[in-house]
Amino acid sequence: MEHFDLALIWAFIIGFGVIMYVLMDGFDLGVGILFPFAPSEEDRDTMMNSVAPVWDGNETWLVLGGAGLLAAFPLVYTILLPALYIGVFLMLSGLIFRGIAFEFRFKARTSRYLWNWAFAGGSTLAAFAQGIVVGTYIQGYETANGVFVGGAFDWLTPFTVLTGLGLLAGYALLGSTWLIMKTEGRLQEWAYKLSLPLLAAVLVVFAIISVWTPFIDDMVRDRWFSNLSIIWVLPALTLLCAFQIFRSVRNRFEGMPFVATMGLFVTAYLGLIVSRWPYLVPPDYTLWDAASAYNSQLFLLLGLLVVIPFVLVYTAWTYWVFRGKVRAGEGYH
Amino acid sequence: MDLDPLILSRIQFAFVVSFHAIFPVFTIGLASYIAVLEGLSFKTKNPAWIKLSSFWTKVFAVVFGMGVVSGIVMSFQFGTNWSNFAQASANFLGPMLSYEVITAFFLEASFLGVLLFGRDRVPAGVHLFAAIMVATGTFISSFWILSANSWMHTPVGTELRDGVFYVTSWSEAIFNPSFPYRFTHMVVASFLTGGFVVAGVSAWYLLIGREVEANRKALSMCLWLLLFLAPAQAIIGDFHGLNTLEHQPMKVAAMEGHWETSKNVPLLLFAIPDQENQTNRFEIGIPSLASLILTHDLDGEILGLNEVAPQEQPPVAIVFWSFRIMVGLGLLMILFAFTGLILRKGGRIWRARWFLQGMRFMSVTPFIAVTAGWFVTEVGRAPWLVYGMMSQAEAVTPSLTGGMALFTLIGYVVVYSLVFSAGVYYLMRVLYVGLEDGEDNGEPDPLERPKRPLSASHVPFELHNDSKANPAEQGGH
Ligand code: HDD
Ligand code: HEM
Ligand code: HEM
Repeated sequence: MEHFDLALIWAFIIGFGVIMYVLMDGFDLGVGILFPFAPSEEDRDTMMNSVAPVWDGNETWLVLGGAGLLAAFPLVYTILLPALYIGVFLMLSGLIFRGIAFEFRFKARTSRYLWNWAFAGGSTLAAFAQGIVVGTYIQGYETANGVFVGGAFDWLTPFTVLTGLGLLAGYALLGSTWLIMKTEGRLQEWAYKLSLPLLAAVLVVFAIISVWTPFIDDMVRDRWFSNLSIIWVLPALTLLCAFQIFRSVRNRFEGMPFVATMGLFVTAYLGLIVSRWPYLVPPDYTLWDAASAYNSQLFLLLGLLVVIPFVLVYTAWTYWVFRGKVRAGEGYH
Repeated sequence: MDLDPLILSRIQFAFVVSFHAIFPVFTIGLASYIAVLEGLSFKTKNPAWIKLSSFWTKVFAVVFGMGVVSGIVMSFQFGTNWSNFAQASANFLGPMLSYEVITAFFLEASFLGVLLFGRDRVPAGVHLFAAIMVATGTFISSFWILSANSWMHTPVGTELRDGVFYVTSWSEAIFNPSFPYRFTHMVVASFLTGGFVVAGVSAWYLLIGREVEANRKALSMCLWLLLFLAPAQAIIGDFHGLNTLEHQPMKVAAMEGHWETSKNVPLLLFAIPDQENQTNRFEIGIPSLASLILTHDLDGEILGLNEVAPQEQPPVAIVFWSFRIMVGLGLLMILFAFTGLILRKGGRIWRARWFLQGMRFMSVTPFIAVTAGWFVTEVGRAPWLVYGMMSQAEAVTPSLTGGMALFTLIGYVVVYSLVFSAGVYYLMRVLYVGLEDGEDNGEPDPLERPKRPLSASHVPFELHNDSKANPAEQGGH
């Protein structure tokens, strides 16, 4: 019976779930990050309305990520969360504030500025905390006998702050290219102007990380400078996507900047995965070490195969219902 | 100063889960009520039903929104504070929680949009279908989460090897012995909550003479429901207790404040449990009644807390008093439901202001009863986390320090207080504006879109400044 490598299948599923979350919640967090800098209050209404219909569904992927990790790779769940204890709290508070700000801002009059800050601050905090997660993941954890044994602030190093800033810039880029696609006029023009500096910031952080990681980590160095040269395709593709963003923003294309930014994220993400493969809890545990019991993985997989297609259909349907431009003055109060 | 991460984690877990639980318990009941109203309006086309349904959907949206944000926190608590427990029980709990996400949360999220904003966009039948799907989603969600929780009370269908639980039978583990009781008791509790809140709010509107026709309908409907459910809950609770006696005798001993194993045990109405001296300081009871209720025999023997060492007993006073609060409120609910029946004769019910006032007050009691009930269940399980197999002390995250736990505990209390006050304030505002608002706002708004729970309501946030709102005020700060 046990001849399927379920752990491998699950690694793909979780990997898919994570990138789904990053792409989907990424652009709506990005809109939140850019929020305070918008040209006017009216544009802020439009920005918020552009993500309003979908942000809640987007965040459900995060919940699925948490529960799915617990089910398929409990070791990741039980090492990552204690290691990031304070960071997780900060991320959750950010998500709470921005979640309720969505709803209350439109009802507020005199207190509206407070909800503006709750939305922008919450989004920024959540995005930065997620960048720290990525950094901590690259950096590795101190473990013994399958539990985290490091300190409360191990996750806070110059390196993780850098990855935090990197993801902040990345999400902001997703947000600005999303706005290019969904808005028009002054707001769209503003988003066009913002995209290239953001792209530059993202590339700078990527470059620093790529140079830095092989130095702090032998495993990553061996992986990239061994005979497995095929993987150099990935950074090449990342650069190609970056060039595509540059070109399409220059030429005032509307949809392409967003698509290319998603491409940038996907290729960078794959690059991160190949650096670590097959280690799920660097530096000690592989995905097979981290896996839950075979029958538990199987039990959930069967249900997932039946249900997830429906979930994807709902999601696609929602985006289809709200296709097209969001216009100023379409606010709902 | 020595901060104990275990105690702090327990307080934090109790706080965040109690906070989360008050929202679902209301939305589960309310979702079904809305589905019924939608069904009635679909069938009879009576505008009173649509009015009621639109109004309660707005309330639903606010509460549901707060349920979502607090729920996201819950799904990370197991890993942050109870990582040893999460590691040990992942083989069972992981699939349970994941099934909840894929079968319930996505379903609720998708159809909620259509329910909230789709009335003018989709055919009436599809709208009704959406209401039914949202209600179904809340039940599916309760199913998984209560199964997970019940397994922690009565762990079967699994075996413990090298500190990890492995599932030997999925059906036994999911339908573990306490699950049917807990699920029924909880679902009825949700209906009671929905029923008493709707009845209380309707009674209040009747007192101040607003929308009399629709609110009379609502109150009358709720009272019929409560007339059956309130007594049913007591009976289900009794069976639940008998089942607990079989599997967790020490919890029942704590509920009864019963220290020494003996026969002819009295039912204590009042007592001051003294855990240090292993006795009650003062008690008033009805002779032999506890023996009769629990063993159906006047001189049946009941195990006392002295069967286990003091450090293996749950904190008796909390369990004892929480139990009395729950049962006391349950009896009060039965009383009100029957009074309503008596007053119906000759329409006295619409004139009895004291009764309507009483119903108004009763709308908070289910929340208290539910929280008290969970305290009985969860505190009564101590010192075990997985009953008889894994203690709370073994479960806590090894790297967690008291300082970290205290930091997040204070953090959650602060964040939730802000969210809660804003939410309740806004909810009050929706109630204050009332049903009338629902009809004249008929024209659909292009940006009211699905998946925005709270935006279903058109009510401005501040109570008093509607009239004097001027642009200068708005951006000024
Ligand atoms: C008896 C019912 C019940 C109980 C005991 C719990 N929940 Fe809950 N939960 C619900 C019933 C519910 C619900 C009715 O399905 C909610 C309320 C609002 C909503 O969106 O769904 C929900 C929301 C909700 C969400 C947000 C879903 C979303 O993003 O749409 C999460 C992540 C959780 N819950 C997780 C938990 C965890 C980890 C619990 C236990 C420790 C828990 N819930 C106890
Ligand atoms: C009136 C008589 C009632 C009796 C005899 C009763 C009995 C019980 C018992 C014995 C338990 C603990 C079970 C265990 O931990 O194993 C319990 C738990 C609980 N009760 Fe009640 N109950 C009553 C009324 C109510 C009412 C009116 C509500 C709420 C509206 C309520 C809500 C709960 C909840 C939420 C729990 C915790 C979850 C669970 O274990 O089911 N109960 N009840
Ligand atoms: C939704 C209603 C619930 C409420 C109001 C509630 C309440 C509580 C309370 C008061 C405690 C503290 C007990 C103590 O420390 O003495 C507790 C502990 C706990 N409960 Fe629940 N609970 C609920 C549901 C659940 C569910 C559904 C699960 C699991 C699937 C769960 C798992 C736990 C865990 C892991 C602890 C921590 C360990 C402990 O302190 O006992 N609870 N809960």
